[in-house]
Amino acid sequence: MPVSDPISDLVGLAAFIIIITGAAFLAGRYVAAVFGGNIHLPFLVRMENSLYRFLGTSPENEETWKGYARDMLLFNAIGFCVLFFILLAQGFLPANPQHFPGFSAVHALNIAISFVTNTNWQVYSGEAAASYLTQVAGLTVQNFLSAATGLCIAIALMRGLTRELTGTVGNFWVDMTRAILYILFPLAVIASVVLLSQGVIQNFDPSFTMAGYGGAAPQTIATGPVSSQEAIKLLGTNGGGFFNANSAHPFENPTPFSNIFEVFLILLIPAALPFTFGRMSGNMRQGWAIFAAMLILFVAAFGVLYAAELGGNPVLTSLDVPGISMEGKEVRFGLTGTVLFSTSTTAVACGAVNAMFDSFTPIGGLVPMFLILLGEVVYGGIGSGFATMIAFIVIAVFIAGLMIGRTPEYLSKKIGIFEMKMALIVILVPGILVLVFTGIALVTKGGTAGIFNPGPHGLSEIVYAFASMANNNGSAFAGLNAAATFYSLSGVIIMAIGRFIPAVAILALAGSVAEKKAVPSGQGTLPTATITFVLWLIAVILIIGALTFFPLFAMGPLAEQLALAGGF
Amino acid sequence: MARKRVTPVTAFDPALLRGAAIDAIKKLDLRRQIENPVMFSVEIGGILTTLSYLYGLFVYPGETALFTALVSAWLWLTVLFSNFAEALAEGRGKARAASLRRSRTAMTARKVNSAQFSAPFEEISSSDLKPGDLVLVRSGDLVPGDGDVIAGAALINEAAITGESAPVVRESGGDRSAVTGGTTVIANEIIIRITAEPGKTFLDSMILMIEGAKRRKTPNEQALELLLFALTGVFLLVVATIWPVSAYSSSVSGSGSPAGLPVLVALFVCLAPTTIAALLPAIGIAGMDRLFQRNIIAMSGRAIEAAGDVNVLLLDKTGTITLGNRQAAAFIPVDGVNEDELVKAAYIASFADDTPEGKSVVALASGQISPLPGIPEQAAFIPFSAQTRISGVDLNGASYRKGAYDAIVREVTSRGGFVPPDIDTKVTRIAQTGGTPLVVSRDWNVLGVVHLKDILKTGVRERFFDLRRMGIRTIMITGDNRLTAAAIAAEAGVDDFLAEAKPDDKLRLIRTYQEEGYMVAMTGDGTNDAPALAQADVAVAMNNGTQPAREAANIIDLDSDPTKLIEVVEIGKQILMTRGALTTFSIANDVAKYFAIIPAAFVAIYPQLAVLNVMALSSPETAILSAVIFNALIIPLLIPLALRGVQFRPMPAGRLFTYNLVIFGLGGIVAPFLGIKAIDLLLSAVTAL
Repeated sequence: MPVSDPISDLVGLAAFIIIITGAAFLAGRYVAAVFGGNIHLPFLVRMENSLYRFLGTSPENEETWKGYARDMLLFNAIGFCVLFFILLAQGFLPANPQHFPGFSAVHALNIAISFVTNTNWQVYSGEAAASYLTQVAGLTVQNFLSAATGLCIAIALMRGLTRELTGTVGNFWVDMTRAILYILFPLAVIASVVLLSQGVIQNFDPSFTMAGYGGAAPQTIATGPVSSQEAIKLLGTNGGGFFNANSAHPFENPTPFSNIFEVFLILLIPAALPFTFGRMSGNMRQGWAIFAAMLILFVAAFGVLYAAELGGNPVLTSLDVPGISMEGKEVRFGLTGTVLFSTSTTAVACGAVNAMFDSFTPIGGLVPMFLILLGEVVYGGIGSGFATMIAFIVIAVFIAGLMIGRTPEYLSKKIGIFEMKMALIVILVPGILVLVFTGIALVTKGGTAGIFNPGPHGLSEIVYAFASMANNNGSAFAGLNAAATFYSLSGVIIMAIGRFIPAVAILALAGSVAEKKAVPSGQGTLPTATITFVLWLIAVILIIGALTFFPLFAMGPLAEQLALAGGF
Repeated sequence: MARKRVTPVTAFDPALLRGAAIDAIKKLDLRRQIENPVMFSVEIGGILTTLSYLYGLFVYPGETALFTALVSAWLWLTVLFSNFAEALAEGRGKARAASLRRSRTAMTARKVNSAQFSAPFEEISSSDLKPGDLVLVRSGDLVPGDGDVIAGAALINEAAITGESAPVVRESGGDRSAVTGGTTVIANEIIIRITAEPGKTFLDSMILMIEGAKRRKTPNEQALELLLFALTGVFLLVVATIWPVSAYSSSVSGSGSPAGLPVLVALFVCLAPTTIAALLPAIGIAGMDRLFQRNIIAMSGRAIEAAGDVNVLLLDKTGTITLGNRQAAAFIPVDGVNEDELVKAAYIASFADDTPEGKSVVALASGQISPLPGIPEQAAFIPFSAQTRISGVDLNGASYRKGAYDAIVREVTSRGGFVPPDIDTKVTRIAQTGGTPLVVSRDWNVLGVVHLKDILKTGVRERFFDLRRMGIRTIMITGDNRLTAAAIAAEAGVDDFLAEAKPDDKLRLIRTYQEEGYMVAMTGDGTNDAPALAQADVAVAMNNGTQPAREAANIIDLDSDPTKLIEVVEIGKQILMTRGALTTFSIANDVAKYFAIIPAAFVAIYPQLAVLNVMALSSPETAILSAVIFNALIIPLLIPLALRGVQFRPMPAGRLFTYNLVIFGLGGIVAPFLGIKAIDLLLSAVTAL
């Protein structure tokens, strides 16, 4: 019977938080320096300059938010087309030792949108359907590009908030180049090497067959270029695994150390962005305040999930099988490794998993779902999480500003009706998608047919699936036939809307505040780097999240948990 | 000055309440209700549940549908309470507007061709007057329109506009030339040049503002409405999703039934931010009305909102910070002169001087010596003149003089008198502390100095201290020299001052601050203030000021009291604070309402959800009804707060935020738990009977 020692787990968590905070602080400063144009790594700088020449642009050539948004959409559209083509045609393309056929149009559409939007929702099993060319040149490339897109949007927003009286928010091509060359690429190389050292594989060999353990039947062992994809899968908060089992697979995540390291990679850049913002705004306290709000929510989520899983399943307990239920968890990670990974991957819109949420206790399953439904703001997806947090801050300062008798402002920028509109779009669009599609799924045959566990658990599965897609997380609850046409096609719509409408709204917000004049601050200004404001921000996030989804939680995980506890 | 005011009407006057109740019903008209989208959606909900009740009556005549009937009734009441709040806020303004309208009735005006009192006139209707027309107004006439006095001077009763019955003088030239249509000339006659189109006079715009007819939503109000609208939309969607969720769940669990229409509508109405949406229009109107009670007319809601944001106040020294005139504060004799001797001489020199300074010397002296020297009839008064800058009295062959230091010294030396050596240091010391030295001589010998001093208005120091805590910079504008200005600025506790200010300095100062992003408020009355008033974000013109000043301003103070600028700022902040507080309260309320309605709606499907019924409400029906009733009743309960405004406390923003957050945020979470429980107890007691 696996046991867990809460005290040592807590000490471990505290140590991990200190490490991630320190690393995020340093990384945040580095990111700010990169986008400020102050980092020129040898070799890469030559590549940077020739790229600018090729694109016919330069860092001085800044764009308005509309130009920035247009380029961002154009770039993603091209990426989508390329990936869509590779997926359809992989049967005729090289590096396909398993001779996998091309994907069906519906699945190719779903996968292409999924990877372009940084969702990485997977309707396929990597090792059983995707060629090495697809994995390396298609999916891994998009892992870089979609993460960099998110980063660019966040940086444009930071510029908007920290500039004044200007029409421009940066140059998308320059930001994209710098994000990849100086941030994602070097970090991914280092991370790949570390993962290799832990036993993550990297080869282009076809799958091979081995004799089964003991008397079992022979087993097919899939291999491939895993490590190169694994690093960016985590760093770029993508989450689409090489293997279907994702980070629960020993070739993706072999050791307890690789597990902690993977969590570290998931959190690193999203947690760094508040500090980047602090650096760019010249107001580090503001960065700390945002980081603190995220951290408090993170620790609380960890605590609830940990406690729920530590308690185990009440039904099993009543059958004299007490303790942690390990079904769906990997023994080599134990409870803490599982809970930390699960909290992080859903707090950050990563979506990599090292355990199956479907097997968690209902409350345990509620935590990842809740974190996603809050809008992925607890660090959040690379760039998008920070941007959504700013949208919540806009709402929070709006109400708070009124309470002190001032028309609202944030970091000396007045929040007007346009900013409110954009912030509301950013915050509400994913939630609206979840509500609308959950409703549709429950009243259509195509929707209910995919549910493997009818009842409250089935409802959780549906809500989780739509939440994961709308917020570009990509993790699955499992237990839902996601490959069915209904979910594949609705997923395309949800992922595309959930990503690009908020993204454009964020850029519009950035452009609008960039044009504004900074208002001098003083005693009468609402301080936004205080404990009160951090608590208020958390309350706004929780209340909007909880009020929107409370009925679904009640009918799903809560009803299920209470049923288990009450023996219904 | 004795002040007679129009009797203030309280918001809860029975006549007003009755009128508001009738208006509340009239506002149910969907075409009017749509102006408030949140309440519009509640009314639609009310219509739907009522129809479903009526449908039930006809289709299943045997069944009692009391629950649906009660939910419908309370939904209608929710809308009515909201309309009532708005109508009540408008009520006072409407009453005042009606009385103003009476003084606007068409009258005959004597149109003349030249500014001569003897010129022939033709009688035309005041509604035919055009700007530029000259009109003769005689004693006892109503002034037919807004204009400037171009000939003559008259005593005018402006009570119709200001509520102030003491008459004021209006004369041609200078800063007191503006007259307002609807006021009455009570003595003398004047010729005025009309400056406003009929129907666009000050009186007309005042009526429109007070009635709220011209009230456009301010940008902040629009942004808040957007938030409320978005929340309402999301909750509509939440409720819309509940139907399939409950239908699916009940089909799987095999018990219960999908949530019915009344339950869904009830949940929606409880979740939608009805409290703030119901009171939002009332908050704005009541804020304007509070200003109006203080005799301040805001020409737009935007101006008041801007007042809440003001962080620089430009204040004229005289009249705002100090009393209008300098006053004698001390007698300082030169070495070798008895103080009594100086006081007596100063008293005699000032006895016949009826300037405010002279009177203050007499007043101060009277308190210091007794008996006072008698002044015989034959004393010769030497009045102050701009050339000599000296005044005094010749009495029994002795000459008593007082005047500016250099003037007295020149006069005394020329007559061979004695100028003591220590007078220079004494005079300088007074000047350095911001005072004005007034040197006194008797028989051409200098006796000493009277220290004249600006007297601060009572309470200004404290006010400026409060303003600083609120993050507002105060800047004193004065024509005084730097030394004097600095001393008064220090005494009053203003943050900065502008000395030796010329009219265009104000404009320049405002622009400088605005370029740095500050919001600037100022008061003004003269024509040369007009450009600065037009530039300022919040510009308060004195009603006794000139027409250009009044036109450039966005707020008019009918009492012509410059200190009221500070009240305008406070009311501006109060309006925003009340909105913020009630929004927070409204949203925080939703937590308890969920705990009332969700278990009630779903317990038939999943009995285990009874655990969520943390308030232990007696039955699903009473639970839902209690939430709906609480949601409705909280509106009238908060009407007084909406009309009065959240109490304003001058404190730094951070502390104020924490304070209001605890009261309205935590209070907003706790209050409905208690309220809903109490209503439920009452309902279950009633049903038990």
